[in-house]
Amino acid sequence: MLLRHTPKEISERKALTINPAKTCQPIGAMYAALGIHGCLPHSHGSQGCCAYHRSTLTRHYKEPISAGTSSFTEGASVFGGQANLTQAFNNIFTVYNPDIVAVHTTCLSETIGDDLPQIRKKAITEGKIPEGKYVIGASTPSYVGSHVTGFSNMVKAMTELAEPTGKKNGKVNLIPGWVEPCDMEELKRISKLMGVSTIMFPDTSGVLNSPLTGEYKMFPAGGTTIAELQSTADSTGTLALGEWCSADAARQLDKKYKVPCTVLDMPFGLKATDRFIEALRTLAGVNVPEEIMTERGQLVDLISDMHQYFYNKKVALAGDPDQLIAMTEFLVSIDMCPVHIITGTPGKKFEKRIKEITADMPYEVNVKAKGDFFLLHQWMKNEPVDLLISNTYGKYIARDEDVPFIRWGFPILDRQGHQYFPTVGYKGGLRLLEKILTVLLDRKDRDDPETKFELVL
Amino acid sequence: MGAAEKLVQWDPTDIKAELIKKYPPKVARKRAKQIMINEALENGTPEITANVRTIPGIITMRGCTYAGCKGVIMGPTRDIVNLVHGPIGCSFYAWLTRRNQTDPGPEGPDGENFMNYCFSTDMQDQDIIFGGEKKLATAIQEAYDLFHPKSIAIFATCPVGLIGDDIHTVSRQMKEKFGDCNVYAFSCEGYKGVSQSAGHHIANNQVFRHIVGENDEPVEGKYKINLLGEYNIGGDGFEIDRVFKKCGITNISTFSGNSTYEQFATAHQADLNAVMCHRSINYVADMLETKFGIPWIKVNFIGAEATAKSLRKIAAYFEDQKLIDKVEAVIAEEMPEVDAAAKDAQDRTKGKTAMMFVGGSRAHHYQELFNELGMKTISAGYEFAHRDDYEGRRVLPFIKLDADSRNIEELEVEADPERYSPRKTEEALKTLEEKGLKFKDYEGLAPDMEDGTLVIDDLNQYEAEKLVELMKPDIFCAGIKEKFSIQKLGVPMKQLHSYDSGGPYAGFKGAINFYKEIDRLVSSKVWSYMKAPWQDNPQLSGTFVWE
Repeated sequence: MLLRHTPKEISERKALTINPAKTCQPIGAMYAALGIHGCLPHSHGSQGCCAYHRSTLTRHYKEPISAGTSSFTEGASVFGGQANLTQAFNNIFTVYNPDIVAVHTTCLSETIGDDLPQIRKKAITEGKIPEGKYVIGASTPSYVGSHVTGFSNMVKAMTELAEPTGKKNGKVNLIPGWVEPCDMEELKRISKLMGVSTIMFPDTSGVLNSPLTGEYKMFPAGGTTIAELQSTADSTGTLALGEWCSADAARQLDKKYKVPCTVLDMPFGLKATDRFIEALRTLAGVNVPEEIMTERGQLVDLISDMHQYFYNKKVALAGDPDQLIAMTEFLVSIDMCPVHIITGTPGKKFEKRIKEITADMPYEVNVKAKGDFFLLHQWMKNEPVDLLISNTYGKYIARDEDVPFIRWGFPILDRQGHQYFPTVGYKGGLRLLEKILTVLLDRKDRDDPETKFELVL
Repeated sequence: MGAAEKLVQWDPTDIKAELIKKYPPKVARKRAKQIMINEALENGTPEITANVRTIPGIITMRGCTYAGCKGVIMGPTRDIVNLVHGPIGCSFYAWLTRRNQTDPGPEGPDGENFMNYCFSTDMQDQDIIFGGEKKLATAIQEAYDLFHPKSIAIFATCPVGLIGDDIHTVSRQMKEKFGDCNVYAFSCEGYKGVSQSAGHHIANNQVFRHIVGENDEPVEGKYKINLLGEYNIGGDGFEIDRVFKKCGITNISTFSGNSTYEQFATAHQADLNAVMCHRSINYVADMLETKFGIPWIKVNFIGAEATAKSLRKIAAYFEDQKLIDKVEAVIAEEMPEVDAAAKDAQDRTKGKTAMMFVGGSRAHHYQELFNELGMKTISAGYEFAHRDDYEGRRVLPFIKLDADSRNIEELEVEADPERYSPRKTEEALKTLEEKGLKFKDYEGLAPDMEDGTLVIDDLNQYEAEKLVELMKPDIFCAGIKEKFSIQKLGVPMKQLHSYDSGGPYAGFKGAINFYKEIDRLVSSKVWSYMKAPWQDNPQLSGTFVWE
């Protein structure tokens, strides 16, 4: 047993987190910033934060992750990080020449009270930020929220660049939330099929799934351009996918520039994708093309084909709120039974949404925001499940409890390809179903006695 | 294009100039001192600047003090509950990411092993405002109640140092309260020092202060040693232990791969300390000698030849013909398979070039393995080394202590009044020295590298990319952060911190693994697919034939 010390009996813990189902804000901010074309994310703190965030993002995306750090030492921690940051700006623009630097804070710079807007102002006055270059900033203390919060804060910071011209651009702002680069690509493909012109931000497609050509580009071709971000103030409306990841930015554009916003669930699975298509259709005033109808019908077809294997199977889930809400709904819609659900990200709304989605199930679902993998494991010991869906850290529980396991979410450190194969939309739904069925039937093939081992399943 | 052909294109001086050309003048001046063109001088090698602050804004390969303390040194010990006091991130990122393997061995599958767990106080904003000591004490209590471990270690993260939580007092109080659980703390805030190196030092000091020598119950076995500075990445420690066992050498404690609390507690009973990673632990070797009288030698188990040499050194120290013969027998038994593997790989690897920018010893040790493949290291350097790792211990007296180093505690160690016993007499040590066995000695990386090669401290992303473009090595070795930017350039990149998914690379079996892995990397067909067939010829212009 890898997690041999985890007892079945659950005792209340007030202060100790064991095996967290979240990490800290800055890594989310760094990932979001990589979705701007020509952007160098910058971590304002000691260099370890930046190293850890770059390592974890690299391990997940299998792509170079460039980001600067203010490299605080003890002096900077006592006297403030202003000198380090202005020096960093000078070096960054001289050596790497990005179009934009997206600064996020850390627990260190937040605790000593560094004032980002003031430092930026001073850097501009002192000529440390060249003409035509941009700096945006997000406050991302690690002791508030989670990596999801940091992502959201940096996406919100992107709206600082919005500049209304008074002339509508006829586009729809699409905020995809923390999904894989291929998911962002898929959302663009769907929008294109619908005939809707979008500005997607952030957009890590082409940045974190870029081709291998023998050339290294610190700033690859992908990403939302600054011009596009400026233009978001002129859009017809904003579709924000995911309350936790995307709503703040959308509401900011609504508040400041009267760009009406709609907050949707992330389009994982049938129903959430239906709502996404419906919202896109209504907002842009377009008809749903036949291709989309075909894709939808194919997903329904697969659900009906596979239903016999899914019916009443119990599932445990760990991950981020927006993804979990959509996934729970998808599982319920195919008659599976999500029974234990945890996220590390705080938020009462999460538990409420999950309870609503599972209200008609004939059992009480265990759900906890601010939960951890240790608790999830204990729940699973008390009520075993047929499937576990989580990031890579779930593999220890899956092995100990001998439960089929699907890696989904962030981070996935031990499998590859997730940056290329989307799980959003109807097509993504096909992939999720295939993944679920494969692990369930692999398990059946492994466990069935010889007399029951059959060719045709 | 052959390797030699590539090399003559650039003079090292030109390459150096090219690397720093783009920097603002102040940065260029600083970097120039950290980039050394290697050459043999009468008294050694040219001076290099090392262990100095990272330049803000420059994309560095370095991590922080906490990473060195919790991740590197304390991470691999299985039966200590490592509780990180701070916001969640620091604990999360050090959770299983270093590929430390562990084997509970005789303790069996029920033996204590907390390495797969991640413990944190997950500090929230109210803890930062009102202080986190109470939460820490409660968390320690909860960990004790749940697991009853023999030891709990507490790690400070950046904000803990700033708000002034007294983690040492909390730890001491909890230790006294429990009675049967050793609780101690590490002030390893990320902003201390200039790199991971400071964290190694903080960790080792506390291990020495709180654990080493705690258990006087005699350890069974002959030829008792400790292996210092080996972290069992990818199972390296397992292979070294296999070889030790075969030779009849008793390894009391590895600091800290595949280690346990009890092993540290009994480490003072060894008769010799063998130091692998000089950087991370040389001061522990010194302290063990001062306090208990155990001499130390530098060893290297990376490379089959290096392994054989290190085993012979250990055998020579014990001056027992039985051990000397056994070691020779083991080498003779292990080498044929190694030689065959090397010979097989050499068809594809000979004459190829490597670059290595890792850690604080690996960039030196791994040159042995590349030599065995007939490959040459054309540039190397460390992420967190000090001058002595490059230039040898002879420069120790001349290293100026700066403010950042002064912040890292140096323990005052004296001979233990009861347990100090010199393992060899002065004369015996002298005789062994005359025979070529050097004690307390490390010559550093530079003397082992050819003249004209580039030794670069704290290499950064921009310089790495430039170096690869200019010198086109056949393989580049560094860490995960560097991996994919190098590979985008069409050059295979091998992680030498965590070995990608490979290993062990230490010892005899490890050498074979490494030969195969490097052969695979430099011979992979994938690097020939960078350009599509139509990119070799100019794009067609004008009309298509059928138009």
